[in-house]
Amino acid sequence: MARPRIAGNLSLVVGGAIVLAILLFALLGPTLSGYSVEGMDMRSRFATPTADHWLGTDNFGRDLWTRMSVGARVSVSIALMSVGIAVLVGATVGLVCGYLGGWVDLVVMRVVDVFLGFPPIVLALAIVAALGPGVVNLTISLAAVFWTEYARVVRSVTLAQREMDYVTAAVALGASSARIVFLEILPNAIGPVIVLATLGLGTAIIAESGLSFLGFGVEPPTPTWGWTLAYGTRYLRSDPWLSTVAGLAIMVTVLGFNLFGDGLRDILDPRGVAQRVRRTPTQ
Amino acid sequence: MIAYTLRRLALFVPMVAGIVAVTFAIMLLLPGDPAVVLLGEDATDEAVRDIRRALGLDRPWYVRLGSYYADLLRGDMGMSIFQNQPVADAIGQRLGATLEVAVVALLLSIVLGVLLGIAAAIWRGTVIDGGCMLFAQLGVSMPVFWFGILLMYLLAIRLDVLPSIGRGDPLLFALGDLLRGRPGPLLDSLAHIAMPALTLGLTNAAVISRLMRSSMLETLGQDFIRTAHAKGLLPPRITFVHALRNALLPVVSIIGLRFGALLGGAVLTESIFGWPGLGQLAVAAISQRDIPLVQGVVLSFAIAFALVNLLVDLMYSFIDPRIRFE
Repeated sequence: MARPRIAGNLSLVVGGAIVLAILLFALLGPTLSGYSVEGMDMRSRFATPTADHWLGTDNFGRDLWTRMSVGARVSVSIALMSVGIAVLVGATVGLVCGYLGGWVDLVVMRVVDVFLGFPPIVLALAIVAALGPGVVNLTISLAAVFWTEYARVVRSVTLAQREMDYVTAAVALGASSARIVFLEILPNAIGPVIVLATLGLGTAIIAESGLSFLGFGVEPPTPTWGWTLAYGTRYLRSDPWLSTVAGLAIMVTVLGFNLFGDGLRDILDPRGVAQRVRRTPTQ
Repeated sequence: MIAYTLRRLALFVPMVAGIVAVTFAIMLLLPGDPAVVLLGEDATDEAVRDIRRALGLDRPWYVRLGSYYADLLRGDMGMSIFQNQPVADAIGQRLGATLEVAVVALLLSIVLGVLLGIAAAIWRGTVIDGGCMLFAQLGVSMPVFWFGILLMYLLAIRLDVLPSIGRGDPLLFALGDLLRGRPGPLLDSLAHIAMPALTLGLTNAAVISRLMRSSMLETLGQDFIRTAHAKGLLPPRITFVHALRNALLPVVSIIGLRFGALLGGAVLTESIFGWPGLGQLAVAAISQRDIPLVQGVVLSFAIAFALVNLLVDLMYSFIDPRIRFE
């Protein structure tokens, strides 16, 4: 089967463009607007988008373009870090279990089952409750929820590859276990892992803003999307724009990662390995 | 069938034991001394020591884990620190509300998701397919808490057709009233549950519709469907009888997992709509650092999730006997 062409892959192009735009927004937002995060302007409170304030202002007249951009930094970096840790831990566990098999595999996979036994948000909430709020604790709690997916996908690829002739050949040639695992087997898992991780970034952003929405995320005054959405609801009756802009930011970003991940799947994981282990399509 | 059921039940026990152990371990991580949290920062050392002894906190962790297991087996989840009642009672009063909204949301999302998936598969490549899949993509990307707020703004604030917060009578009671000729309570219950259930169900419907579409397309391409066409059966019969029954299997297999997502989503949805369930209790318990209550609520969520998964697996092996021989 011929590989699908990138240009014909609408999901990949649109998703990629959204992701790129969000990254640029996070990096350059405050520079472009020229406003500071906390700068108040009581004469223009609750503005909808204008030429001065491209995304409007909040209840203190603070520029929402700037605040949303800082919120993007928080959300995207927590998502990248938590998914990164989850991939590292999960892939290592999956490789070791899949390659060694036996009782190690049996015991570790039961631990994975126990982690899968919690509804995802509930587990994250419990860990945040124990560790307290903050960027680092939030990252840890999300990574603790996500690592099982990567362990499962890498293990299943490893189990299948272990029996292949080229692995037997490598063993016969005297290659070390580490060489076989990392240089021979691991590359086969990279495609599905990248697909899973891209979709996982969307999941992480929803989970992070959900926890911030409940007040268990990164604490104010950091203008996270979830917290802005939550306090925006206080003014829902009179000024619905404030929560709308935060909700839109979350949705567009997640949509971008989801489309990009779907598009990548056609190229990197045509057999749908990632799909079979994915348990938390976004929420 | 019996052997399979017993095997699944036997696996269920260590699973729950593991869930209890993980919950216990998370609570051990808690910074700060629960005794100090309870008494306040300016408590005397003596008072702290007494309360530690009273709560059993002076014992090593493995003894505490052991006695926690023993207590749980007797149905004792400890005393809530701030609610002034046993944890089991606090949970018992609210479990029904959460299960009610989760089950209604699940049913709603299955009906909606399956119908959209079938429509998209039958009219593959048309505007209908595109529309259904656009809905699915947006639904999967939409944070439940924002969708809930949008619904509240539209239906409660702008149009003022539904109550924005709270719960009516439990649905089952309201149904009983209806049977006695009083439809009022049921209408009230339905008006209250509509927005939370719709909010929770949307993402789920989106996930199910995508799965249903691909499963239906796969089934429609199989030989027995061609045979059915060759026999001259009417297309609706082929679609809804021959294809649908097979295409539904993957959907049934993920219902258990989706229920977990619904329970998690309930935490957010309940706090938006003031729904008096476990989710709200969880948020309150965490804010107040009420450790026995947090532990109990997390455990209830996980055990409800595990039970539903067990039921779905057993149901699945009943619908599709091939699964029992794997």
